[in-house]
Amino acid sequence: MLNRYFRELSVIAVLAAVLAIMAVTAPQFFDGQPLLSRMASAAPRLLVTGGVALVILTRQIDISVGSVFAVCAVSAGALLGAGWPMLVVAPVTLLLGALAGALNGVLIAGLGLPSIVVTLATMVTLREALRMVQQGVFVNLPEGAQWFGQGMQTGQLLVCGIVLLLWAGLTWGLRHVAAGRWLYAVGSDAEAARLAGLRPRIVTFWVFVLLGGLTGSAAMLSLVQAPQVDPSTGRMLELEAIAASVVGGVAITGGRGSLIGVMAGFLLLLCVTPALTYLGVAAYWDKALQGAAILLAVMADGWRSRTGRNGHRG
Amino acid sequence: MIPFLQLENVTKSFGAVAALKGVSFELHAGEVHALLGENGAGKSTLIKIIAGAHTHDRGTFRLNGETVAGLTPAAAQRRGIACIYQQPALFPDLSVAENLAVRLEPVGAWRRVDWAARRTRARALLERVGAEIEPEADVRSLSMPEQQLVEIAAAIGAGARLVIMDEPTAALTAREQERLFTITRELRQSGVGVIYISHRLEEIFALADRVTVLRDGASVVTRHVRRGAADGAVGRSEEPPLTEAQLIHWMVGRDVASAERVASARRAGEPGLELRDVACPSVGVRPVSLRVFPGEIVGLAGLVGAGRTELARVIFGLTPAEAGEIRLAGVPVTIGSPGEAVRLGVAYVPEDRRRHGLILEMPVAANVTLAAHRRLFPWTWFRADVERTVAEDFIKRLAIKTDGAQAPGGSLSGGNQQKVALARWLATEPRVLILDEPTQGVDVGAKAEIHRLIRDLAGSGLAVLLISSDLPELLALSDRLLVLRGGEIVAELPGGSAAPAVLAAALGQGGARPPGGTAREAMC
Repeated sequence: MLNRYFRELSVIAVLAAVLAIMAVTAPQFFDGQPLLSRMASAAPRLLVTGGVALVILTRQIDISVGSVFAVCAVSAGALLGAGWPMLVVAPVTLLLGALAGALNGVLIAGLGLPSIVVTLATMVTLREALRMVQQGVFVNLPEGAQWFGQGMQTGQLLVCGIVLLLWAGLTWGLRHVAAGRWLYAVGSDAEAARLAGLRPRIVTFWVFVLLGGLTGSAAMLSLVQAPQVDPSTGRMLELEAIAASVVGGVAITGGRGSLIGVMAGFLLLLCVTPALTYLGVAAYWDKALQGAAILLAVMADGWRSRTGRNGHRG
Repeated sequence: MIPFLQLENVTKSFGAVAALKGVSFELHAGEVHALLGENGAGKSTLIKIIAGAHTHDRGTFRLNGETVAGLTPAAAQRRGIACIYQQPALFPDLSVAENLAVRLEPVGAWRRVDWAARRTRARALLERVGAEIEPEADVRSLSMPEQQLVEIAAAIGAGARLVIMDEPTAALTAREQERLFTITRELRQSGVGVIYISHRLEEIFALADRVTVLRDGASVVTRHVRRGAADGAVGRSEEPPLTEAQLIHWMVGRDVASAERVASARRAGEPGLELRDVACPSVGVRPVSLRVFPGEIVGLAGLVGAGRTELARVIFGLTPAEAGEIRLAGVPVTIGSPGEAVRLGVAYVPEDRRRHGLILEMPVAANVTLAAHRRLFPWTWFRADVERTVAEDFIKRLAIKTDGAQAPGGSLSGGNQQKVALARWLATEPRVLILDEPTQGVDVGAKAEIHRLIRDLAGSGLAVLLISSDLPELLALSDRLLVLRGGEIVAELPGGSAAPAVLAAALGQGGARPPGGTAREAMC
């Protein structure tokens, strides 16, 4: 038990240690309203991170999430600006994301192309298409769209609530629904999955669709937090998502990991910047520390797989 | 009575290579049917067809008298076929309970997963096969025999009507083997048909009701096996009792004696390659001593898993020797990496040229010079003209049929690809040449050419160590034969020995068993 969840537990331990240090040295870090604001602004990215974690679990990768995120956010903003009601725009944005995911999925699972190249192509294509159409112009949201027409605090609670609900559903489903277990099976050994009667390609396709849908939802939950949509939004989102997954214990080779760990990894990386600020360290170190955390996580995985598994199969 | 499984003249080709050229096979419920054949005779292809992992090209495939086409692994499982592959097809990252569940639970995607039920079922099934394995354990932490038991548990749990076991005892100790036999007999008792593949003839006499011998992708013969008490099988009385010698004869074929052999042994001076108690226990190579003289071809015989390739990899520095001494032309050396081996004049042409031998996307010329950059361009930049000259020289010398030196390696036929792989290592100007399955998947004509080449190379003073599962080839080319089993040399035979003698030594017949008892064969 301890062994199986060792990675998750160690990330949680490190996170707890960081939080404890903050509680002692900079208790103002936990002040209610700033904390809620930070959480709300980060929460949508957690959804994307979860989707990317599932893709990595299946032994694939997706680096196009940032571009899909931007396309969804800008489209949603434009539709809202055109007077569409929020209740229509939200599901449309989700579907748009899912559609982008389906495109990746068809190319990767259907044609058997490598996911790193396919999503690199979609990343660049979508980002550049958006730049051409939008020419860097911000999209103004209509009156009342921000915070779903609620007050800021209510809106922030709403965003965090929706994300937590979706997250709980994903976490539960990944463990307690057969389809969730298939991700592990396919990521662990796609050929064994085929021989066991599963259909690895179908599973892979739907994982990408799911990630797309989550990215669409994240875009929606993110755009209601500001009066405008920046068309360059979502840059580096793929890096953040992959980093949090890896730090949270998802094996980059697929088949291992859990969303509990991913959540911990996400929060840990999220804490780095404000922690440095509160502790008075120059924030330049922020990215370097994040990089070190990733390196450490990958090294831990490498060390574990060398000791835990003798030789190779096949 | 309709057999549960009936195959007639089934064929299967992979590209240009015909793996099965016409196999007929049948299996009744409650029968243990052994499948015998040399390496490459088509056993693995046949069982993959039966398990739905491959689809056959021609011939009929009947289950319960009903013709089947386009069987998938899932459909095969639904019809009660379970296959225990040599390399268990399990998920290393998942627990035992979950591995069993993936096989046994219905496929509905939105089904709730009942973890408690999974554990209970896993515990019951593991108990059934007598395995002391925790259902919660990760499969990656299990030994190979334990993984096999998990596979068997899955087959039993699925209520399989037909269980295929592909060399199940290859990695087992005597006790584990006995347990496997008991389970197999229980399966037969309960009306399950078992296809049992093994190289160990004694197991076939102990366990099988019938045996079918495959050779070169075709079924040669199907016979009843006389096991202890008679059980009134059909057509038994007119058949003479089956002997191991007879089985070996069928496996090897008649044409062995007729294979031409040119003795060229000139054992003079220092051996080109000498091993003194070289061992690498971590990859299953036990202390081995051997000598190969310049101009001599020494054949390494043995079954798959006997440690031949592992030994070659030790000599070449891929898995450096952990003990013993390697001498080249009388000089003690340490070979810690392939780079050092090349510098010292050792060349290794690996088996499976598609994976290790040739870079299919690269031009022939680049493939030829790849290993010899250090020699060809010692103090200069890479020079394309030198590369081309060298490549064209080899294309002429080895009669490589290619569309020019710049044609991609993958565009060549199998035999010519093999020649390119050979050329690459000859370009390093080695003194010792290790060849691993040099004619695997090569057609007959190219095979003869490669044989001629190997003889010429030895004739020009190279010390050649030849690994081949093709016994006639080994017999025809080798000046001496060393038989490996369980990672050590169990016999040395003169060139031109009779095939049955070699096979008997490789199988461990005729009292040649090594002191280890049931040799736990090297796995990789």
